[in-house]
Amino acid sequence: MTALLSIRDLRVAYRRDGIEVPALKGISLDVEAGERLAIIGESGSGKSTLALAVAGLLAGGAEIGGLVDWFLPASAGAKAPLSVLPDISPSRGKMGSSVAGSPLATSKIGEGRDHELISPLEGEMSGRTEGGAVERQLFHLHDKPARLGRDIGFVFQDPSSSLDPVMPIGKQIAEVVHTHLGLSWPDSFAQAKTLLDRVRLPDPEAVLHVYPHQLSGGQKQRVAIAAAIAAGPKLLIADEATSALDTIVQAEIVSLIRRLVAEDGMTLLFISHDIALAATLADRIAVLRHGELIELGETDQILNAPRHAYTRALLDAHLGLDTEPLFHRQGASA
Amino acid sequence: MTVLAVSNLAKRYRRGGKPFAAVDDVSFEIGPAETLALAGPSGSGKSTIARLVLRLTEPDAGRIDFESTDFLALSGAALRARRARLQMVFQDPLAAFNPRATVARVLDDPLRIHNIAPRAERRHRIAALLERVGLDAGLAARAIHEISGGQRQRVAIARAIATRPSLIVLDEAVSALDVSVRGQILELLLDLQRQERIAYLFISHDLGVIRAVAHRVVILDAGRVAESGDARAVIANPQSAIGKALVEATPRLTRNRP
Repeated sequence: MTALLSIRDLRVAYRRDGIEVPALKGISLDVEAGERLAIIGESGSGKSTLALAVAGLLAGGAEIGGLVDWFLPASAGAKAPLSVLPDISPSRGKMGSSVAGSPLATSKIGEGRDHELISPLEGEMSGRTEGGAVERQLFHLHDKPARLGRDIGFVFQDPSSSLDPVMPIGKQIAEVVHTHLGLSWPDSFAQAKTLLDRVRLPDPEAVLHVYPHQLSGGQKQRVAIAAAIAAGPKLLIADEATSALDTIVQAEIVSLIRRLVAEDGMTLLFISHDIALAATLADRIAVLRHGELIELGETDQILNAPRHAYTRALLDAHLGLDTEPLFHRQGASA
Repeated sequence: MTVLAVSNLAKRYRRGGKPFAAVDDVSFEIGPAETLALAGPSGSGKSTIARLVLRLTEPDAGRIDFESTDFLALSGAALRARRARLQMVFQDPLAAFNPRATVARVLDDPLRIHNIAPRAERRHRIAALLERVGLDAGLAARAIHEISGGQRQRVAIARAIATRPSLIVLDEAVSALDVSVRGQILELLLDLQRQERIAYLFISHDLGVIRAVAHRVVILDAGRVAESGDARAVIANPQSAIGKALVEATPRLTRNRP
């Protein structure tokens, strides 16, 4: 297996009421090319922060340290081992190239915050020095940074927030195709229609012309997925992408993601609070808690031979269709 | 004997100019200390039924008998008095409370409004309520926005039991909680049910949770009852198309348990 991206000692902290609150406390893991990796954890575990950090979507106020290294086809070979690169020391942040320094994709799924992202040399960072070093922005991305929309597709929990409410669906998807693949507008719209068909929306021709509010939650999530995969990204990140949907729609979206990932040979980062749901999809599961990576292993090992007590507790807390009812356990019933 | 009997309940809304039935000829009963679950996909009418039972919305047709009185016929002081016996806990307690209010204030309201306890006794009653739901009495002085989601849901339960209800409507009350906290809250609800003989109308989209806590289940589809019965029996062997689809869609955790 070869790594698509390598995360080393990733640290993220947010400022809340002037106090620095750590969200990720030094996460290291490799995402293998073509694998389906689930990141699971409870609230405050840092799982969404990890997804945003990988996508280069962290808000300006976040303090970032560590390294996210991409091995994209064009830039993959002939790289020195990370450990000998001179610019990975957390105290030398300015030396790394930054996500913000690259022409970030203006994909509609990016919530439009593109250009101010992680800009190390301006804004609230100016003048803040700790021990003489600006502790920030250590994204070393080789010569070909991963671009959101082009190399990374991102699906959020709430599709309404990632779709433009006043733009027809077809245009939102065609824009991604036009921007990243450089197709003409007629070809981009034709591709948008193909994508709507691929995410199994009935009557794609009609859906091209409707607005988000005319679709159900599950249909909107299908559109968001179509936009996320429009440019043929290597990595698809689904951050609680089914959590706001009911059980039946959730199962449909999970099976859609499974099929698209297989068809396009994408790598999947599936962020979820639900270990049972994650297990239906993932080759490997990473368990996060309080910003730390507790355990990482093959799905079968995590379910059947968890090494960490916390993983076991998460599994035991699952209420499935074969769990003994709670009122029986307590020996009482009405 | 029943706590709540709902008969032929109907509620229509208009959507895009066309009428549609959110709730259509729904009937069920709940006995004392019983948990009846309402299950179904989005838009099946679960939450509309909760709102009708709580009289936050008035039905177009049907009858609701609560504690053997015609609940829909009540108004004014009689309705307020009866409402003390019928409480609710929603998914997001932060949306249900004034976030800047203290825990004590949130619990003082029902005691005052329903004349449960005179002013001099209330502080003591609030401490007892907090203790009853597994919280430290010292939490009373804290603001609602300062405490954790699990603590907040315990405060919501404390407020619900403050008026000694016979029925609590739980609308996705544990859906937003972390699994580790969810188990504790469910245990608390079961304990209260055993001690105080409270009935629950338990609304959830999660069949795993329903199976763990509910005695009976009503499965809804497009506002109508698709099937109902013993919760474990229905989930083990659903007969309706929607029941089968819900069971099929529930993620299985396949573990080789020792």
